[in-house]
Amino acid sequence: MTATHKEELAVAALRNGTVIDHIPSAALFKAVHILGIEHMDKSVTIGNNLHSGKLGSKGIIKVADTEFDEATLNRIAIIAPTAVVNTIRDYEVASKRSVSLPDELVGIVRCANHKCISNHEPMQTRFSVTRSTDGDVVLRCHYCNHCVDGKDAPIL
Amino acid sequence: MNSKSLVSIADISKEQMLDLLARARYFEEHPNSDLLKGKLVATLFFEPSTRTRLSFETAVNRLGGRVIGFSDASTSSTSKGETLKDTIKMVSNYADLIVMRHFLEGAARYATEVTDIPVINAGDGANQHPSQTMLDLYSILKTQGRLDNLTITMVGDLKYGRTVHSLLMAMRYFNPTFRFVAADELRMPAEYRRFCDTEDIAYSEHTEFSEDVINSSDIIYMTRVQRERFSDVMEYEKVKDLYTLRNAMLAGSRPNLRILHPLPRINEIDRDVDDNPKAYYFEQARNGVFARQAIITAALGIDIPKP
Repeated sequence: MTATHKEELAVAALRNGTVIDHIPSAALFKAVHILGIEHMDKSVTIGNNLHSGKLGSKGIIKVADTEFDEATLNRIAIIAPTAVVNTIRDYEVASKRSVSLPDELVGIVRCANHKCISNHEPMQTRFSVTRSTDGDVVLRCHYCNHCVDGKDAPIL
Repeated sequence: MNSKSLVSIADISKEQMLDLLARARYFEEHPNSDLLKGKLVATLFFEPSTRTRLSFETAVNRLGGRVIGFSDASTSSTSKGETLKDTIKMVSNYADLIVMRHFLEGAARYATEVTDIPVINAGDGANQHPSQTMLDLYSILKTQGRLDNLTITMVGDLKYGRTVHSLLMAMRYFNPTFRFVAADELRMPAEYRRFCDTEDIAYSEHTEFSEDVINSSDIIYMTRVQRERFSDVMEYEKVKDLYTLRNAMLAGSRPNLRILHPLPRINEIDRDVDDNPKAYYFEQARNGVFARQAIITAALGIDIPKP
């Protein structure tokens, strides 16, 4: 068996599970963290810095025997708005869809304002999600009203 | 979250605002009553603010209520490491209403989420101070006889001054025209200029506190320019006197013009303005008690007697 062949086997197609593709490389491990994948016991394949026509460089996550609900997947939209989610059943793509930003983010990002109560109390953060006039995602803290660009938001 | 709390001026409707102003007028005419008889109000000042605390406590006392509380976090269990949530929960067992001031932004909003009794925000860091805004609105209404279609000039620190931001937002219901007069370093933040754009509020920006601006104003809202707001001390020295109001500058002003200032002032209003009948900042502070009586009774769902 050649080396190339072995590589192909290592990232073999899923029988059942979820493939999250088109994640910007810089956001890949944040997405892994937000989805709680590091705590899963199913087989997980993660690829990064793969060639992408659209993004230049992308990451991909494959999780066997797991389907995520929509709300969970949408949590990564803040860092990976380009992500595409494929649900695989019996080797076939049963559904394919983009992630979409929720109106509110709870417990995902930290407020960048050091004087915000949410950085000093054991509590969940809450942000409303809006778009600026030029289409960028802006998060507004529910508590202190501090705004931060979605791409700069510190992930918890 | 309990709906009778007052956390931010942005939360209240025009009807609620007008109701609070009508209440304030009532309390100016009837300062002493027993509308709060049997009610206990907790004033929790995690950060000292003597002026605001005394104003709230005067309001409660004049309404016949009782007050418990603390005026400094170092005398409360916060200094032992108790969370805000636990302090609020504990006090909620004793009091009918919480008035709180906190050095952290968003503290009052969070407090409303952990208690069933109403919370009045008496200032949370640089964020919100709605009772100050209500007393500003009441002062404008009282001196102009209306809130609609006024030209309001805001002068000084428009970048960090939370009172100007809150007043700007509160005026959205009343078709104002704003003049923003400030040094470049302290100009009105983009967020609030955008707010004006989306709410269709007319405004212009000026770096010069000119005669034209003064003479076309109904209200001049002065604020303190603080040295520590400047990254460059030279810059502060250059601009600090440009935004000082002197009596001679008011010679051609409108007869209905009134000068407001949230106080304390340092030197941004010269002492020679104090005796001008257009100076309103001391009376403005007095209106604070009426505005707070209005907010307290509304938060407790107490109706004022019909005339």
